[in-house]
Amino acid sequence: MTGRDDDKTPSLVPAPGDIHPLRRFTDARVALGRTGTSLPTRAHLDFLYDHARARDAVWATPDLEALHRRLESGGMPSVRLRSAAADRAVYLRRPDLGRRLADEDAARLRALAGTNGAGGERPRVGIVVADGLSALAIDANAAPVVIGLGQALRDLRLELAPVALVEQGRVAVGDAVGEALGLALVIVLIGERPGLSAADSLGCYVTWAPRVGTPDSARNCISNIRLGGLAPEQAVARIADLVRSVWRARVSGVALTAAIGRRLA
Amino acid sequence: MAYSSALGGTRWRFPHLRDVLAKASPARSGDELAGLAAGSALERHAAQRVLADIPLGDFLTTDLVPYEEDEVTRLIHDRRDAAALAPVASLTVGEFRDWLLSDAAGRDGLAALAAGLTPEMVAGVSKIMRAQDLMAVAAKCENPVAFRNSLGLAGRLSTRLQPNHPTDDSRGIAASLLDGLLMGSGDAVLGVNPVTDSVEDYGRIVRLLDELRVRLDIPTQTCCLGHVTTAIRAIEGGAPVDLVFQSIAGSEKANRGFGVSLAVLREAQEAALSLKRGTVGDHAMYFETGQGAALSADAHHGVDQQTMETRAYAVARAFRPLLVNTVVGFIGPEYLYDGKQIIRAGLEDHFCGKLLGLPMGCDVCYTNHAEADQDDMDTLFAVLTLAGVTFVITVPGSDDVMLNYQSLSHHDALTVRRLTGRPPAPEFEDWARRVGLLDDRNVWRPAPMGAPLLEAVRSLAALEAPR
Repeated sequence: MTGRDDDKTPSLVPAPGDIHPLRRFTDARVALGRTGTSLPTRAHLDFLYDHARARDAVWATPDLEALHRRLESGGMPSVRLRSAAADRAVYLRRPDLGRRLADEDAARLRALAGTNGAGGERPRVGIVVADGLSALAIDANAAPVVIGLGQALRDLRLELAPVALVEQGRVAVGDAVGEALGLALVIVLIGERPGLSAADSLGCYVTWAPRVGTPDSARNCISNIRLGGLAPEQAVARIADLVRSVWRARVSGVALTAAIGRRLA
Repeated sequence: MAYSSALGGTRWRFPHLRDVLAKASPARSGDELAGLAAGSALERHAAQRVLADIPLGDFLTTDLVPYEEDEVTRLIHDRRDAAALAPVASLTVGEFRDWLLSDAAGRDGLAALAAGLTPEMVAGVSKIMRAQDLMAVAAKCENPVAFRNSLGLAGRLSTRLQPNHPTDDSRGIAASLLDGLLMGSGDAVLGVNPVTDSVEDYGRIVRLLDELRVRLDIPTQTCCLGHVTTAIRAIEGGAPVDLVFQSIAGSEKANRGFGVSLAVLREAQEAALSLKRGTVGDHAMYFETGQGAALSADAHHGVDQQTMETRAYAVARAFRPLLVNTVVGFIGPEYLYDGKQIIRAGLEDHFCGKLLGLPMGCDVCYTNHAEADQDDMDTLFAVLTLAGVTFVITVPGSDDVMLNYQSLSHHDALTVRRLTGRPPAPEFEDWARRVGLLDDRNVWRPAPMGAPLLEAVRSLAALEAPR
């Protein structure tokens, strides 16, 4: 609390390459050292870099055209949609608009109801990819998860609707898609709120009988899907397990946990 | 009862007290989202003028949320001490502001007044106060509380050390905890937000925190911020629980969204007190709140978010908490859009909590989708400290790796201590001197420091690293 010049404290700025023992146990920013009572320059700049990445992840636009092409080459038709939030600034202030489809896109989707995009039988399961709060998560992780899920759902003999790629979408936009297509189950893959350590995490929400107004307590969630977190390949297996449970119990969310509990009891 | 005012050639009408309060609120995205905000700067100002002329007595006869429908409204009225309001009972909101800022309102008078005030009166007067007014009055309030140390004393600043880990790994939590202790954080509480809400994990986390606290002989308290019902079950199972935590809001419906009621909170408080773990006091509850919580649960009853937030403090004060903090920038930009709105809300929440008698703290924080950055947090921390904030939350390098948002760092707390000369709780300060963290010239010593802490770091490092 005093700042006397004769206060000779040793330098606490870590040398480049120094790994403090505490850092072996956590990814938290421990043992940063200090200069006076403040952050050393290197740690300060590292923080600014991570914040810049997180900010850009929020404000960037995902390359849904590239995703569309990549899914197509993987044999999965997709349709591009927009939520009722016109742009990112509106999206951030109006969560209600991000949960709805733009009127013309809802109509377009209803016209697709009852097709799998390849003339097969009536699809019961849909996948929705929404940018949410991280474009980076979509660009980095959506394609392998969707393609993997396509295969896993075929293995479960579930008929899949065209994949809905939604710009400015929140989790509940999956309910609007589910209602328009008459789905029994919807899987929403969405960019999670970026943190400083991970700006590219994808979240997955599974909802049985998705209809507009479904409460969040009726969903099951798997989060932190990214390289360095739950890797896409593992995520596909976890999501497929969850889909199998929901399909069997014909219910999702807290009611699924209760149903599984009853079966074990 | 309707209110109106002629201003700028227009007659502005407000059908109900709740409309006056909502339109008088400084601009924020949550009230706009709810469709409650003033449509123009002049309408906002007209509402503020109307509000300034409303007698405080109107707040006693007008319910914003119906008494019959809402147990929080019933709590506010049934538990209020009418006699305590006497010094200001005949004033209007505007006169109340003058009184609060005057030399007539001192520490003891404000403390005595708290039990007579309703949260709506307090929210109301805050809406016609500038940031500096909010600071000046809050700084006069002193609401001391105690458990294993004494918090809320004038001239001091406490910190909650928040050593969260993305998988609740015991070694990860311990490493982060030691890092914070080495920088003097943790006198308010050593408090972990758990990833899961299982009784097993809750028990493991409180045992870990308790073991480190006992081993290092730190005069502070510990807390796992799981759900209150999980805490009750853990206590029944014999877990060493100091503080019981719960998120709360300002209406019965919003609290139901959090899975709690006043009855459940009462049960939790009784469970915590039954353990008798406090050594210098028995304030055993910890609450978090935040503007927008009621609206996000569609449980705001057409009331603006700042007034609903203040009603949450009426819930908190019924349970004699050791700690209460607003998580001001955490809830997101749809409620507080940018640094300006977060700073204003942080000062409002602190003022309103203090005036209602609470040992109010703040999680000075923001998310990455808000228009805010660390500069805004520096500003909010500085002004809150001048206002006498009881405690703030600190995490390693401002980055919470579990909750994915930014709060203050342990460094920030050290810097503001140095700038303002504020030490932590007296018992904790003594401990810091004893172990060599704080020297006789009040300089926080860098590592290498006290032998017991070093030893703890070494024994932690001796464990096999998880990867």
